[in-house]
Amino acid sequence: MKIFVPLLVVALLILHQDDWFFNFWEEPILLFGFMPATLLYHAGISVAAAITWYLAITFCWPKQLNHVEPESPDGVPMAADPAQGEDGAQA
Amino acid sequence: MTQLIIIAIYLASLLGLGLFSSRLFRGTSKDYLLASHSIGPVLLLMSLFGTTMTAFALVGSTGEAYAEGVGVYGMLASSSGIIHSLCFFLIGIKLWSFGRRHGYTTQIQFFRDRLDSDKIGLLLFPILVGLVIPYLLIGVIAAGTVINSVTEGAFTSAFAPYDYGLPNWLGSLVVCGVVLIYVFFGGMRGTAWANTFQTLVFMVLGVITFFVISDKLGGLDAASERVQQKHPSRLMRSVTPEEEAHYETAYKKWETRAYYEYMVKEKGLELTPAQKKTAHAEFKPAKLKLGWQRNAEAMYAAKQNLISFTPNSADAQRARLLRDDRIVPESGGLFAEDGDPLPLSSYRRLPSEVWQAKAEKMFADKIGHPGEEGKWSLKKARGFYRATTWAPQPVHPMGRLKFFTYLLVPLSVGMFPHLFQHWLTARRASTFKLAVVAHPIFIMIVWLPCVLVGVWATAAVSDGRPIIPPHFPPNAVLAMLVKQLSDPLLGGLLTAGILAAIMSSLDSQFLCIGTMFTTDIALHYRRNKEVSERQKVLYARLFIVAVVAVTYGLSLFEPRRVFTLGVWCFSGFSSLFPLVVAAVYWRRLTKVGAYASVLAAAISWAVLFWQSRFGLNPNFTVAGMMPVVVMVAASSVALVAVSLATRPPSEATLAKFFRK
Repeated sequence: MKIFVPLLVVALLILHQDDWFFNFWEEPILLFGFMPATLLYHAGISVAAAITWYLAITFCWPKQLNHVEPESPDGVPMAADPAQGEDGAQA
Repeated sequence: MTQLIIIAIYLASLLGLGLFSSRLFRGTSKDYLLASHSIGPVLLLMSLFGTTMTAFALVGSTGEAYAEGVGVYGMLASSSGIIHSLCFFLIGIKLWSFGRRHGYTTQIQFFRDRLDSDKIGLLLFPILVGLVIPYLLIGVIAAGTVINSVTEGAFTSAFAPYDYGLPNWLGSLVVCGVVLIYVFFGGMRGTAWANTFQTLVFMVLGVITFFVISDKLGGLDAASERVQQKHPSRLMRSVTPEEEAHYETAYKKWETRAYYEYMVKEKGLELTPAQKKTAHAEFKPAKLKLGWQRNAEAMYAAKQNLISFTPNSADAQRARLLRDDRIVPESGGLFAEDGDPLPLSSYRRLPSEVWQAKAEKMFADKIGHPGEEGKWSLKKARGFYRATTWAPQPVHPMGRLKFFTYLLVPLSVGMFPHLFQHWLTARRASTFKLAVVAHPIFIMIVWLPCVLVGVWATAAVSDGRPIIPPHFPPNAVLAMLVKQLSDPLLGGLLTAGILAAIMSSLDSQFLCIGTMFTTDIALHYRRNKEVSERQKVLYARLFIVAVVAVTYGLSLFEPRRVFTLGVWCFSGFSSLFPLVVAAVYWRRLTKVGAYASVLAAAISWAVLFWQSRFGLNPNFTVAGMMPVVVMVAASSVALVAVSLATRPPSEATLAKFFRK
């Protein structure tokens, strides 16, 4: 899945360039009586982007960043902010 | 007056929210500038979305769709849904972790540390501030314009030069004052809360407006079908032959009128009363419009060969330029190298005060209080003048290369200093998850209705007349539709929504510039002197007041050209994107490579900006591509080549930013 998600992002960017691949938009087509075809296609790209990013945060999340603590200039971890609990959560 | 009351209530509620949030202030600079890293997923989503969606979200999207058609959704909205979230995911979370670990508040602090170079701050600071200022000005000027437009006729005798509405300068002042107060007292927490509230307001009101307008236009199907019949090209990305032919005919007719006016004014042509009578009888249109007689005389003169020059002559080009209110060159400059006349768009238009004075003189007997029967506002007179005098607007397809290369423009969010500051407010890394996923959907919720409304506007009619006349300023289309098709209550609410979209960006930008002056200049260069937390907050507040005052002062000069700078500002930030990517992911990036990249970006930006006649040519491209391509390529090549040729960064620096 970690390889699949970046491929999905690339696919999304390619599909975004619909004018190079399809000739759907040579006619002013209205779908459902009111929706221009190209507009509906790109609304679909927006939904596909949200799904892709959901897969990204699920399968490609940088887990090492879940525990980040303030450090001194020498790189020594400092005492956690009293307002923050473990994992940075609000106390 | 109803609109004015609703706007006042909305602004007062924002003030209340800002002042309430200030009660949670913990007294530290970290709390004032970063809300103590306490912002949760919902507030982060709302504040990131509200900040990235400027006045452009409602007003600009409708205006662009009106001018360019539905293709703008793909070019500006669905592309942003992919690229913005990509930036949040790949850049935002990493920068948040560096900021949290090393205590950064601004981008420049990060770059100074990462590149081990104090001077990089001095190079980046003026560039970042210089790119944000026009962006701020657009918001401040737009706020004044919107308020003036919807309050037109609200006063019976006051503010006549402003169409009896609230003057632009006063509207801008009130908005600046409200934003200043809640940012001043509430800091980042107040800004994040206000952004959340405002984002909800403009999203909900945008959708409501969509349904009200569609209902007034006869329903969704009727509104779209009218566009399909009158302007089918607006529903696709190419131009239909019928619309192309329609434009050619309209342009020919306009040219004939331009030649006739030139003959009358410059060559002393005067039709006899008998000739005029014949002209009016022979060329009387089926549908009579104001000033049709003059058009009839022009067609008669052309038919009778009374025009003494040919279409390719210098006189013909001068006639076109004069009619289109363009500045005619003193000598030469009328033809391209191949001998064809230069396109009208390559000439500057007369200053607005000059052509507006002509419009006001032409319709002096009609101008008055817009509430009076038969009287026109100044705006209407100017609109009528533009529609009947200037050349018809050409319809053009959306080029594939332009569409493709526009993908680079949303990369700008990776380098927005105000977004950097918002990223740092996140409570923890996982706080970003909601924003990454929901951002494309939020863009769709706002843009889809606005784009549809914009294309409907091209064919919308009221009492048999077009609601939006030719040459109507695209950014005023939404306000005009609401004014014509809704009641004052909805008009007031929608204005609140538009102001919400404007202010939700202004607040973050004011806070960010104030923070940069405080942190990167004042505190940075006083590092050996003890500065208390209280003093730091005081500095930040004073700088915020100064930034708001300077921005408002600049807006009073009404630099209308600033509106053409929007895409140039975005492109400038995008050209710095390779730097932030390399700083986060490439160990081999060197200080000298970073300098080279920033300089290459700045130089390429300046050269292309100059070639576009300082932004005056809105359709400027390089070999059919957006200029941002050249800028990103130049900064990337300089960054990689110079980094590889210079000494790598120290192990200590790398250990600080690259961990296993």
